[in-house]
Amino acid sequence: MRTTRVFTALAAAGLLALAGCGDGGGTTTGGSGPGGIKPPKIDKLASLGAGEGQVNIVAWAGYVENGSTDPKVDWVTGFEKETGCKVNVKVAGTSDEMVTLMKTGDYDLVSASGDASLRLIYGGQVAPVNTDLVPNYKDVFDGLKLKQWNSADGVSYGIPHGRGANLLMYRTDKVTPAPTSWSAVFDANSPYKGMVTAYDSPIYIADAALYLMKHQPELGIKNPYALDDKQFAAAVDLLKKQNELIGEYWSDYTKEVQAFKSGNSVVGTSWQVIVNLAKADGAPVAAVLPEEGATGWSDTWMISAKAKHPNCGYRWMNHIIDPQANAAVAEWFGEAPANKLSCDKTADKNHCATFHAADEAYFEKVWFWSTPVAQCLDGRTDVTCKDYAAWTQAWTTIKG
Amino acid sequence: MTVLSTVDRPASDATIARGPVRRLSSWLHRHRGARLAGLLSAPLLWLLVAYLGSLAVLFVSALWTVDGFTGGLVREPTIANFRTILTEEVYRTVTLRSLGIAAAVTVVDVFIALPMAFFMAKVASPRSRRLLVIAILTPLWASYLVKVYAWRVMLANDGPVDWLFGGSGNGPGYGLPAIVLVLSYLWLPYMILPIYAGLERLPDSLLEASADLGGRGGRTFRSVVLPMIVPSVIAGSIFTFSLSLGDYITVQIVGGKTQLIGNLVYANIGAANNLPFSAALATIPVLIMVGYLVAVRRSGALEEL
Repeated sequence: MRTTRVFTALAAAGLLALAGCGDGGGTTTGGSGPGGIKPPKIDKLASLGAGEGQVNIVAWAGYVENGSTDPKVDWVTGFEKETGCKVNVKVAGTSDEMVTLMKTGDYDLVSASGDASLRLIYGGQVAPVNTDLVPNYKDVFDGLKLKQWNSADGVSYGIPHGRGANLLMYRTDKVTPAPTSWSAVFDANSPYKGMVTAYDSPIYIADAALYLMKHQPELGIKNPYALDDKQFAAAVDLLKKQNELIGEYWSDYTKEVQAFKSGNSVVGTSWQVIVNLAKADGAPVAAVLPEEGATGWSDTWMISAKAKHPNCGYRWMNHIIDPQANAAVAEWFGEAPANKLSCDKTADKNHCATFHAADEAYFEKVWFWSTPVAQCLDGRTDVTCKDYAAWTQAWTTIKG
Repeated sequence: MTVLSTVDRPASDATIARGPVRRLSSWLHRHRGARLAGLLSAPLLWLLVAYLGSLAVLFVSALWTVDGFTGGLVREPTIANFRTILTEEVYRTVTLRSLGIAAAVTVVDVFIALPMAFFMAKVASPRSRRLLVIAILTPLWASYLVKVYAWRVMLANDGPVDWLFGGSGNGPGYGLPAIVLVLSYLWLPYMILPIYAGLERLPDSLLEASADLGGRGGRTFRSVVLPMIVPSVIAGSIFTFSLSLGDYITVQIVGGKTQLIGNLVYANIGAANNLPFSAALATIPVLIMVGYLVAVRRSGALEEL
């Protein structure tokens, strides 16, 4: 009896203490979006000092390669030798994972996509970038500079890395004829039931919205990241039907490679780098950009507001858009490079043409990942759109 | 020298007695309560802060919410998270699915562990008994991830499991059966060991007495062995049940499109960055386990752990 009382008292004391701490955090911002709130004021690095000996990076698979995946694929070793900055990389599978990792404050740099970058900027996790300290920045395509996803109020928050589209990958021996439309993964009568795969992230709802944009124009979807209640319900509904076809969802790229190799998955959304890895592993796969267009990414190297190794971080940002390194990473990951001069350095001279590096008209058809917010991104003011929290909750429901 | 120092001891004792260490020591000798407090305060603090404290934080943070855009915490108590969990059907489905898997894994493990433990405790020679215990413990040395990824390869299309079932695509593939299979494999040692310990304490004379009275193997097992090892089985089931209930990595690797409570918690921390909602979800297995422990308390299983 006495112990119970003691415990109750302790628990009550604990609660009170916690309640007292409650007000201290202060990152609360009344839930608006870009335009509504200002990013926290953080100073950019004024001048470059000596390197700190190492740099901790959060990146997409294939962005930071030191030759351990493939001896020919290496743009890290040279950088380490040249600058004395040892590169430690943490590969993340989704943008959400990147945001969470950056919140820990243990990392200096992140290769953020558009659905992470704004959250990082407005959440105060990343600092503005002094582009004067990044000499290669002057050669970046103008179509990538100071965009809505890598700047705020005309201040650059990162260095563009490259851009590309999410592709439809399929097993050439199992899927005939070769698919040309996303209906291969959305059609309820698909012959590949149980062998379809999809990307395991709420942002995948945009892929369904993109499909509906073309196949159900009466819904009036203008931007797959700006969905009102009715459009959102339609997309979620489509994904719930798709769930019947799905064998597994992937966010770990090694899992996707293995599933396609063994034939557990035969068709589904993918990245070019995964296609390369699967081919290298001997899997008969190919990928297409379907006729509906695709969602895609435009990635930005951002530096943490709490970076412990900012000088090495700046050196990396300059290195990764150096024509040689930028060409190598663009070819390996399968995307359009950010640096104009990279196009002359690629092993495949047609790389920039294949990936439409300078083709702004092409990229208008690719819907770069961005964070859905309540104020519709397509400019509608008469409705409120579903924000990312709603997308996340819906994603759980879709998976069932 | 030795003799001398022995003789000297009372004198040197008296010297130390004036030192602070000695004074403290004799004070502690006189105050039993203080002695006990000094001894136990460190582990108790650990228990309170690290275990119960984190549970308390879990419950408190379950009452917060997250700002949808910046992901910052909104520290205003609300029961919105719990309301979502109770009203949205998907969370009920996932909870029931997790319970089902935990129960299935436990049942499978009991059926495999019983004969195995019986053989080890009653049939095997003392030498091979030790070897068997080692054999059961060795898989615990290998990394959990390595084992699960190995199962992923074995369960793949055209993999060894498919081959056992007679051809490509005949095996269970990835999904619920694969999860039960792999989790049963992973947690089997935790079921065998308590049952083995329970059986070892069962006197052989009881089995002989039963045989003398004409009881056959089955009858002896039902009327003598089983009633005496029920607490051990329940003790093992606490491990298998709770470990299965919280698992999410196996589910991600061999579960196909399945999601369990653990995956929802993980998705809400890792992907959605909605810590409060994760905390609310994480209270479900906590409540289930508390209920389970209360239910089995009377069986005496807790003494078998």
